[in-house]
Amino acid sequence: MSNPTDLTISGLQDGYRSGAFTPVDVLRALDERITAVDPVVGAYLSRDFESAIAAAEKADINLPLGGVPIGIKDAINVLGESCTCASRMLEGFRSPYDATVISRLRAAGAIPFGRMNMDEFAMGSSTENSAWQKTRNPWDPSRIPGGSSGGSAAAVAAREAFATLGSDTGGSIRQPASLCGVVGLKPSYGRVSRYGLVAFASSLDQIGPIARSTRDCASILNVIAGKDAHDSTSLDLPAEDFTARLGGDLKGVKLGIPKEYFVDGMDQRVRESVQNAIRKCEQLGAELVDISLPHTSYAVGVYYIIATAEASANLARFDGVRYGHRAKNPKDLLDHYMRSREEGFGSEVKRRIILGTYVLSSGYYDAYYLKAQKVRTLIRRDFTEAFEKVDAIVCPTSPDLAFKLGERVDDPLRMYLADIFTIATNLAGICGISVPCGLVEEDGKSLPVGLQFLGKALDETRLLGIADAFERTGSGNILTRSDLPRPA
Amino acid sequence: MSSPNLDVRDVARLARIELTDDEAATFQSQLGRVLEYVEQLNALDVSSVEPTAHANPVFNVLRADEARPGLERSAALANAPHAANNLVVVTKVIE
Repeated sequence: MSNPTDLTISGLQDGYRSGAFTPVDVLRALDERITAVDPVVGAYLSRDFESAIAAAEKADINLPLGGVPIGIKDAINVLGESCTCASRMLEGFRSPYDATVISRLRAAGAIPFGRMNMDEFAMGSSTENSAWQKTRNPWDPSRIPGGSSGGSAAAVAAREAFATLGSDTGGSIRQPASLCGVVGLKPSYGRVSRYGLVAFASSLDQIGPIARSTRDCASILNVIAGKDAHDSTSLDLPAEDFTARLGGDLKGVKLGIPKEYFVDGMDQRVRESVQNAIRKCEQLGAELVDISLPHTSYAVGVYYIIATAEASANLARFDGVRYGHRAKNPKDLLDHYMRSREEGFGSEVKRRIILGTYVLSSGYYDAYYLKAQKVRTLIRRDFTEAFEKVDAIVCPTSPDLAFKLGERVDDPLRMYLADIFTIATNLAGICGISVPCGLVEEDGKSLPVGLQFLGKALDETRLLGIADAFERTGSGNILTRSDLPRPA
Repeated sequence: MSSPNLDVRDVARLARIELTDDEAATFQSQLGRVLEYVEQLNALDVSSVEPTAHANPVFNVLRADEARPGLERSAALANAPHAANNLVVVTKVIE
């Protein structure tokens, strides 16, 4: 029997049904794998093996995700487990309840297992902003895994998780999925309840899956999607089977190629790899249409006004009173707030709270925040007009390959530009998925390139069908390559 | 859009964050560059464009005004940095 940790979720479920192994066997194999590779990768902040084994012993393999362990980004609450958002601010915090996505995973038989490292409060593109540890890219441990859901993506790539949940505010699922050579889906805004996800930018945040196949992402979305009374922005929609269009081809599918997503500053090898992938889509029957999303170049600027403004309000709750870090011996209430927040938050979080406070402050609100909201309208409109002509958009996920640890930590603006191809998706509220499309050799290592498909709001079923058709042309070989990654 | 005249210390105080001198100096230059970057939005005339606050047109979601179970007191207090007598203890507010 091959090692079960090499399997996809669907492969795992075949093994359960045929009796080749049980959920307990799989959990033990997974725990061994984590013990072997995580000292290098650093994807897990913690894991509770005993509770997971207890759940595995009772697992009903006939449920949709029965006996499937799923790693959880450290921003999503799991009852009784720590939830730190990789911040000192929340050191020692234990979740008093399950996020809605967690109660839905449990109801479907899945086993939440492990807390995945991330950029502090999901602010970052490399996972280097974690207060606790670095996560390394399994393809080349001298490089970053992307972020902010870097632990979630690296673990799936390193075969130390079958699938994970991440969250995506400006690319935080898709960009690390791209740099780690796995599949990551950002659902449309309102598709998945945010209840129990520690809020970063509430008009942009969505929870989504990272896995080793598009099918696995669809299976997880089937479980976590849907209206939730605890999140009034979750949408009440008819039940939908997101696996319905898997297994098809691309005949008659109109794919838009936005010229603004092939820019001069991008890595030429990424461009070539993506262009080859687009030719493959054409061979599968897709009709390619040149399109323009003219306001793309404004997306990063708009994002760093809107997301920081929302973050400054959301993170005001960390006041050292009901939970979170409290400074010792404050001399008065102001000192209590100022030192608790100074000591609890890391640099990037402070930078963003300050920027967000500034753009919302009296005298600057119209010039920055209101203006950004107006340009957001133009960015949304670009997509609305594009989707009148095409079924989906195809483009790179990231302009770069995984970069070296430490390379951009002192240059926030350069770090922000790593999200240039993923940010507009969140501003428009549409859905997007990154699937591996190629490998580039660098310093004797192979580094993955991600292909991004964008779909109109609530068109996940079609989007997943398109990504799956592409994946079956051979990118699946990257997802299942057995020689990589290996512990160093 | 006004030219960036961000005073990091002043804004940090509004945001209730104490900064070290090093942090204040570093953030001042880093955020200055970010604000210069967002100046590019000035190239657009948006005077006739409606703002988008939210990706979905969802308004006034209401529920029945009925009491429902919430967190148990012990669970709500379990993460408090300082609790006593079944209450959260706060830093003195009134002299």
